[in-house]
Amino acid sequence: MDDLYRDYILEHYKRPRNFGELEPHDLEALEHNPLCGDELGVHIRVKDDRIEDLRFHGHGCAISQAAASIASEELKGMELEEVGRLGADWVLELLGIPISATRRKCALLGLKVVRGAVTGDNAWPG
Amino acid sequence: MRPAAEHSLGVRADFPIFARRAGEHPLVYLDSSSTSQKPRIVVDAIAEHLLEHNANVHRGVYPLALESDEAFEGARERVAAFTGASERCTVFTKNATEAINLVAYAWGRANMREGDAVLITQMEHHANIVPWQMLCRERGCSLRYLEIDAHGELSLQALESELARGDVRMLAFAHVSNVLGTINPVAEMTSLAREAGALSLVDGAQAVPQMPVDVHALGADFYAWTGHKALGPTGIGVLHARRELLEEMPPFLTGGDMIGSVDFQESTWNELPWKFEAGTPMIAEAAGLAAAVDYLSALGMESVRSHELALTAYMLERLSEVPGLRVVGPPQAERRGGLAAFTLDGIHPHDIAEIVARSNVCIRAGHHCAQPLMRCLGVAATARASVGVYNETADIDALVDALQGARAVFALDGPRQPGCAA
Repeated sequence: MDDLYRDYILEHYKRPRNFGELEPHDLEALEHNPLCGDELGVHIRVKDDRIEDLRFHGHGCAISQAAASIASEELKGMELEEVGRLGADWVLELLGIPISATRRKCALLGLKVVRGAVTGDNAWPG
Repeated sequence: MRPAAEHSLGVRADFPIFARRAGEHPLVYLDSSSTSQKPRIVVDAIAEHLLEHNANVHRGVYPLALESDEAFEGARERVAAFTGASERCTVFTKNATEAINLVAYAWGRANMREGDAVLITQMEHHANIVPWQMLCRERGCSLRYLEIDAHGELSLQALESELARGDVRMLAFAHVSNVLGTINPVAEMTSLAREAGALSLVDGAQAVPQMPVDVHALGADFYAWTGHKALGPTGIGVLHARRELLEEMPPFLTGGDMIGSVDFQESTWNELPWKFEAGTPMIAEAAGLAAAVDYLSALGMESVRSHELALTAYMLERLSEVPGLRVVGPPQAERRGGLAAFTLDGIHPHDIAEIVARSNVCIRAGHHCAQPLMRCLGVAATARASVGVYNETADIDALVDALQGARAVFALDGPRQPGCAA
């Protein structure tokens, strides 16, 4: 089996969860991966200071799409305050595959855009 | 179907890096549009200069200093001769980007007025876009783009119409596109610009390494290129320009070496080309670049072009065997430089590059510093394979095998419908 392109990664890439538009939404953000110009945006609906629902939109490589898809399932229901505290390790552990330095931004793009929408901080997750 | 001919210039042994292997995989380097590999004689020329002749230039009277002067100015002579230019009109810069910036700053700020226009094309590298954006914003000028057609080519009629608007002062365009591969009709374009009273700047970064270039015959007012794509070292680029333009232009970067004399409030400028070379220049790099152009001259640029054309034709043919693969740019090899940028249905270019790299196949993936062009093509990114003098038929075969492998990893059996993924 492929170390990086495991079945569940490809499965999330080909059939990403929570992708599309979400109308109406309370929060949104759009980010680019500077490496390749890939674009990933998010719509978030908030209820009681938690993420009630979210949708990603845009395009990207298998790693960035799968990371966003897998993360989206965990993010639903999460308190906004907790989202603001999520770091790179959170999404890398969720992905569960070895990510090289050159693909790190692909893996982190989804979290970056969600944190940007929730906290306004659009720095790369540390 | 594969042609029987093995396309090879038989020079791979001149490039030590090809001794590198990754397990059973030889190095398959298909990223020469990014940067070329270096023959040993280039590395030796740099080392020899630093180990045996090193001193600063234009200052000393001791023997080492004279040797360094001779190495640097001798290099300029050889580099200028390579592209049919004169030494006086050959300025060394850091790279092609800096050469274009030099023109946008020094010529542009002295000559562009509100209401004037810069005309570039949709296929430009960021290096030939952003300096003009800065200039136009500062000067209240407009920046217009000549469109590409469905095959990634420019129309001379469209160029004539743009020029007929009467406001274009500068036409800046790539000799060879780093994404589409398109070879533009430079002589026709510079001639149309001249007739319309506009100057021309040609970005020759992709052209000089792979085809005969004579800047006089091309009629460009400014011609920029870079050493590291032409078998030379990084850190050295070249700007050729018409002498009267360089004479009239104010300096770009200022400081040591570029002055005639410096008083407390005023300075005068050095002669050409040194007026545009502030500070200690790239002396060892110049020695390396001179060795590189000598090497290319010995191969013969006509032979280099024939070789890369044959490999490109072979590459286009073999790539067409891969289901779901689409090459951007002109379909005919003879209208292209030695590169092919492509998309593959169902696999993002990053993933393509990652998977083929496991077979030690080096290709580039991304926007190739041409984001406006990517938007015109309707893609976010492409994968790109590009060839150099050291590539052979087997490199293309290794690429195609690796691409088939990537399709297998992504479990793609047949051609996918566009828009399925990615």
